Amino acid sequence: MNVLVALSGGVDSSVAAALLLDEGHDVVGVTMKLWGGDSDTGCCSAADVDDARAVARRLGIDHLVFNFGDDFTREVVDPYVDDHAAGRTPNPCIECNRHLKFDRLVGRADALGFDAVATGHHARIVSAPDGTLRLARGADPAKDQSYVLYVLEPARLARVRFPVGAMTKAEVRAEAARRGLPTATKPDSQDVCFITATGGREAFLGSRIPLHPGRVVDTAGRQVGTVDAVELVTVGQRRGLGLAGGGARRHVLAVDPTAAVVVVGGADELAVEGVALERCCWASGHPPVPGTPVEAQCSAHGRPRPAEVAAVGEDGSVQLRWRSAQPRVAPGQSVVVYDGDVVVGGGIARAAGAVTGAVAHPRSAGASTPPAAPPPASSG
Amino acid sequence: MPAYLDHAATTPVRPEVLAAMEPFLVDRFANPSGPHALARDARRALDEAREELAGTLGAHPGEVVFTSGGTEADNLAVLGVHDRRGGALVCPATEHHAVLDPVRTRGGRVVAVDGRGVVDREALAQALDPSVTLVSVMLVNNETGTIQPLAEVAELVRDRAPGAYLHTDAVQALRWLDVAREASVADLVSVSAHKLGGPKGVGALVVRRGVELAPRLLGGGQERGLRAGTQNVAGAVALATAARLAAAERSRTVARVRGLRARLLDGLRSSVPGLVETVPDGVVAGICHLCVPGVESEALLYLLERDGVYASAASSCVSGAMEPSHVLGAMGVDHDLAAGALRLSLGATTTDAEVDHALTVIPAAVDRLRRHSMVSR
Repeated sequence: MNVLVALSGGVDSSVAAALLLDEGHDVVGVTMKLWGGDSDTGCCSAADVDDARAVARRLGIDHLVFNFGDDFTREVVDPYVDDHAAGRTPNPCIECNRHLKFDRLVGRADALGFDAVATGHHARIVSAPDGTLRLARGADPAKDQSYVLYVLEPARLARVRFPVGAMTKAEVRAEAARRGLPTATKPDSQDVCFITATGGREAFLGSRIPLHPGRVVDTAGRQVGTVDAVELVTVGQRRGLGLAGGGARRHVLAVDPTAAVVVVGGADELAVEGVALERCCWASGHPPVPGTPVEAQCSAHGRPRPAEVAAVGEDGSVQLRWRSAQPRVAPGQSVVVYDGDVVVGGGIARAAGAVTGAVAHPRSAGASTPPAAPPPASSG
Repeated sequence: MPAYLDHAATTPVRPEVLAAMEPFLVDRFANPSGPHALARDARRALDEAREELAGTLGAHPGEVVFTSGGTEADNLAVLGVHDRRGGALVCPATEHHAVLDPVRTRGGRVVAVDGRGVVDREALAQALDPSVTLVSVMLVNNETGTIQPLAEVAELVRDRAPGAYLHTDAVQALRWLDVAREASVADLVSVSAHKLGGPKGVGALVVRRGVELAPRLLGGGQERGLRAGTQNVAGAVALATAARLAAAERSRTVARVRGLRARLLDGLRSSVPGLVETVPDGVVAGICHLCVPGVESEALLYLLERDGVYASAASSCVSGAMEPSHVLGAMGVDHDLAAGALRLSLGATTTDAEVDHALTVIPAAVDRLRRHSMVSR
């Protein structure tokens, strides 16, 4: 088989390429140039391209570079900025997987005559009872990346390989060391590749959209603190809210960038019965039958929560109901539904309806107010 | 047989050039600045190379400054003039980055071009005033092959910025045009060896008598103090030899390559529907810049190389990734069309068989990609 393996310059994709060679495939490496701006992690810097090339040289395979920078800006960076401007908390890695790695790259690979695309993701591809493919958790619970891959439908999975998905990270590193791959001890990439550790989200967003100072109010509408930038606040957040010390822990319940208001409340007020999902993807083509017990994961390393589908909307949205009340999910976050280790599907959390209790401040109708149209992103 | 159609990127070293330079790498290796007979031998070879190149370029030997290549020559011209004289720098938006970036870092004025990539007279006139110290206009564009009307530019400069020097990057021109004549109006002329059968790593800047510029490299005072560093004698000999051979063969080579280019273009026109010839006239014989609608350069080039056709989109960065071309952007080429840029560049060694091979492979690759993009949409 002709396999195009996405070499990020990290250890996982290096070992993935090596394993495919062992299996006798014809392997070509490719590094996607996605981000032209500052980066100190992730898969876009010139140093990472050099690392990927060094791995390819060691393995004796060809190495290409594809520039998908325009697509990345349009499909990942701009929506990321827009989401923050609207008070949502996006998962840019999921959008990158959806639009870049498993659409743009797979499409390019098809056009060039490759049979499959492989990456170094920690996830497995398994067969469902009906013979179609399903995504499942990687073998290493600490490194499982199925959450950021839930958007891959069975037809797409048929063109994809995750050679290290059945290995633990320690096994991957040992394998890389055994083969003398130059990436064996390279640290794992952290966080979002286009956000630098020094500048953080604040510098990134602040250079693209106006960041507004905001009032922090409780559910009775009383001001209890301030924040420097409403756009940087996430539902569920506890720190950095300028709250006076003492008293019960308070969490962000809602963010309203239009009114520049952050609503906080206690853990009891953070808890909700469920979450509504939109832009859903289901492996079988349809959501689980209401009442079917499932588990749902609400962040990349979140603990799975027992749940069931409560209702399916005509627009394809799905209401998940938690078995017991759970902290509200930040709007914009993906919620991935599992049956055991197998990904059933998922979607993106909508704002969790009206904030518990009366929101006294007249300018803040809580998160139920649709956010104003975000300002156009200015990123290049 | 494979078809190498990327001569504008670089060319193979000619056997005659290799033979001419080889003694200065091994037997006659001495430092031309040294005090002994071996050094004087190297010095003599360097002087001869300088004279020979000066002759080919229509310059005096004392006007030739050897450099490490075209980029250094361009940088020395632009930054050297600015460091010495200050003032405003002017260049068209389609210049090579080796000119464009230095002009920009010095706050220079970047001037619009027309749809063919020719500098816009009006825009240039507006950018010129007595504060301008250097105008840099490349004789032949490396992406599109567009030839600039240097004499007209010189006239405009004399008229509106009489104190300004005119620099021309003639790196792509030297293979195809009589640079001695075409660049005679320029005060500073950059050339490079590896575009015409010489090795990488050597070039020259012609600095006409009386032109004042500050050196970029300080040290031993070589090259009349304009470019310190032990001279690359073998490289200088190679450049002079390659330029002399190119000049001697020019009319024959140009006529032959023009014929190959016409056949290539005609063949592709009839086999690739919608093909756009980016600049239909006023280009050198060796460069054929095309835009292939509905196709992405990166994908096309990979399919071509798999079938032994080596071409370029002419705007790759060091990583090998394609970058959007600033040249096509400045010419107003539609973004989607520019995404399908294909530069086929021919050279003195290009054969009929290579053209035949390209004519077989390119239409099939375009067809495959177009069929695929229809399926996926």
